[in-house]
Amino acid sequence: MDSISCPFPFQQYPHVLLAHGGGGKLMQQLIEKMFTVAFGPKPATGLHDSTVLNLPTSKIAFTTDSFVVRPLFFPGGDIGTLAVNGTVNDLAMSGARPLYLSLGFILEEGLEMESLWRIVRSIKTTADAAGVKIVTGDTKVVDRGKGDGIYINTSGIGVIEHGLSIVPSSVKAGDVILINGDVGRHGIAVMASREGLDFETTIESDCAPLNDIVSLLIKAGIDVHCMRDLTRGGLASALNEIVQDVSRTIQVSEAAVPVREEVASACAIMGFDPLYVANEGRFIAFVPEDQSSRALEIMRRHPAGQGACRIGEVLADSRPVVTLTSYIGASRILDMISGQQLPRIC
Amino acid sequence: MKYLDEYRDPKLAAQLSRQIHKITTRPWVIMEICGGQTHAIVKFGIDTLLPEKVQLVHGPGCPVCVTPLEIIDRALAIAVRPEVIFCSFGDMLRVPGSHTDLLSIKAQGGDVRMVYSPLDALKIAKDNPRREVVFFAVGFETTAPANAMAVFQAKELGLRNFTLLVSHVLVPPAMEAILSSKSNRVQGFLAAGHVCAVMGYNEYPSIAAKYKVPIVVTGFEPLDILQGIAMCVEQLESGRYEVENQYARAVKKQGNTHAQDLIAKVFCVTARKWRGIGEIPQSGFSLRSEYKDYDAEVKFNLGDIITQESPECISGIILQGVKKPHECPAFGTKCTPEHPLGATMVSSEGACAAYYRYKRVISPL
Repeated sequence: MDSISCPFPFQQYPHVLLAHGGGGKLMQQLIEKMFTVAFGPKPATGLHDSTVLNLPTSKIAFTTDSFVVRPLFFPGGDIGTLAVNGTVNDLAMSGARPLYLSLGFILEEGLEMESLWRIVRSIKTTADAAGVKIVTGDTKVVDRGKGDGIYINTSGIGVIEHGLSIVPSSVKAGDVILINGDVGRHGIAVMASREGLDFETTIESDCAPLNDIVSLLIKAGIDVHCMRDLTRGGLASALNEIVQDVSRTIQVSEAAVPVREEVASACAIMGFDPLYVANEGRFIAFVPEDQSSRALEIMRRHPAGQGACRIGEVLADSRPVVTLTSYIGASRILDMISGQQLPRIC
Repeated sequence: MKYLDEYRDPKLAAQLSRQIHKITTRPWVIMEICGGQTHAIVKFGIDTLLPEKVQLVHGPGCPVCVTPLEIIDRALAIAVRPEVIFCSFGDMLRVPGSHTDLLSIKAQGGDVRMVYSPLDALKIAKDNPRREVVFFAVGFETTAPANAMAVFQAKELGLRNFTLLVSHVLVPPAMEAILSSKSNRVQGFLAAGHVCAVMGYNEYPSIAAKYKVPIVVTGFEPLDILQGIAMCVEQLESGRYEVENQYARAVKKQGNTHAQDLIAKVFCVTARKWRGIGEIPQSGFSLRSEYKDYDAEVKFNLGDIITQESPECISGIILQGVKKPHECPAFGTKCTPEHPLGATMVSSEGACAAYYRYKRVISPL
């Protein structure tokens, strides 16, 4: 993809203009000389108001997500990689095989065309890596000052090719909770980059597609009861969302949750708890105890699961709370966050 | 992680817990001064490792919690002005004033910015010469050096568009206010390690002697706090009341004298009102007259401010260690982090927020 030279006349239009979303010649030029270059030629039947798809199964998963992030580019990814992986991962959490994405851009007048091209390229690369196709899209341009450069919405369709019911209500007492790696990197990477905080080592986002590692688990016959990706609000919020629908106590061990040293340091400085920090390539899976070792082996063999480990279990207790065994062995609740984490004073 | 993991070792924690159980023969009430310590205690469950006879009460060392309502209302009145860029630490943004908070002012169009250091606010002032940049200088002795540095540099640079809204408070006078109160229950203190890292602990021996209370300068990790408690209980059991330093890896007796010099250059000691507690003599800093051009209260003549504190909030007696957060009838019902009645429910160092976040459901189990 990097080798494709984009035929868009960057010198003539170095910045996005309102007319690039106006439905006229400039918009047509943007679609033909940039978007179709990346996402494939227009169909032989011509561009139409909607796309028609053939699906291999009648049971599908369908989801949508919008992406607003500052800065647009950060260590380990950009808004384009997020827009693809975010929706791919939401589909994967139902155990679906993601196939198609829509791509909606809201561009701010004045955005550098080179930045747009860079984002389009990373959307293409990420979509290829995840094995999904961008099949429909839309572009609007808003006045300068009315947006943060670019907002992206993606919707996705995936097919369900298994008989499992991967939903919170399938979670059972005795289930083991597995995580595919260390937490907190994405949130800290974006924040450090936004606020211009320089740490000794650059913290890179964990942004990654999870559909492949999930399909390995399902194909291996692991009876996955529930999965959740650990985006906004982090691990703590995901556990609290699930516990509400499960009516069981979930118990996790603070010491078992992997946190990289640089993330732990940054959190210690800022007064953040890594369990509440966002991730973009992390998920938890609820699996039966007797299959948990095999599930872990499968996860660890995949690049997105090398740091996989067991972090907790579902208890028979019917009180819907998440409890955490702290580093020093004491027990407390792990609550959902109120508002957002704000850096402390001292 | 180096310098953290070794202070969270469960085996050593259990060992210290056994030691405290072993030496405790009578009931003792110990106050940890700093809100950071309070949060560590409930977050790691340190209180659950203590004998019933050792009771921890939570002190006033939460800068956000003790910043008086008048100052918060002044901050809000300044922040709505169109010419102002109002800079604050993140913690202060959600603290309720009489009618609103800084995040709501921001949502309504005020230019309120979260910064990580007063020097970031100074840079904003340099970059925006046509705007008035105000930094909300709250906190204890810990934040005073950086705030002093910002004003010192602003004067050196001749910046005319940078001011501080100062609400600095000091720990030792608050300890004395608590000890001399009729309702006082505190028999020993864990002094705030980071305050002492700046100021040293030369001010404490006279307090320990006058009120016959042991004072142990203590850190913030679980083993620090357990060791601080062990040292404090040991003194109480043996009838000693001395000043000891558990946090020697960060605190020297003299403190950081460079920081102290800078503070003395810019600030002078003054009476300060503490939210929920009232006025305490000689308990805070204000800018010296040489720096009055950098005082937001002077620059923005706001007149009298009529404040309205929630009648149901008992944060004052919580901050003095007389009651615990869950003993408040509004706790978790009328008062939550989403709808706080007082600042102690908001701050990441507030005792009510700590109880709400970490202890709410577990206690009735």
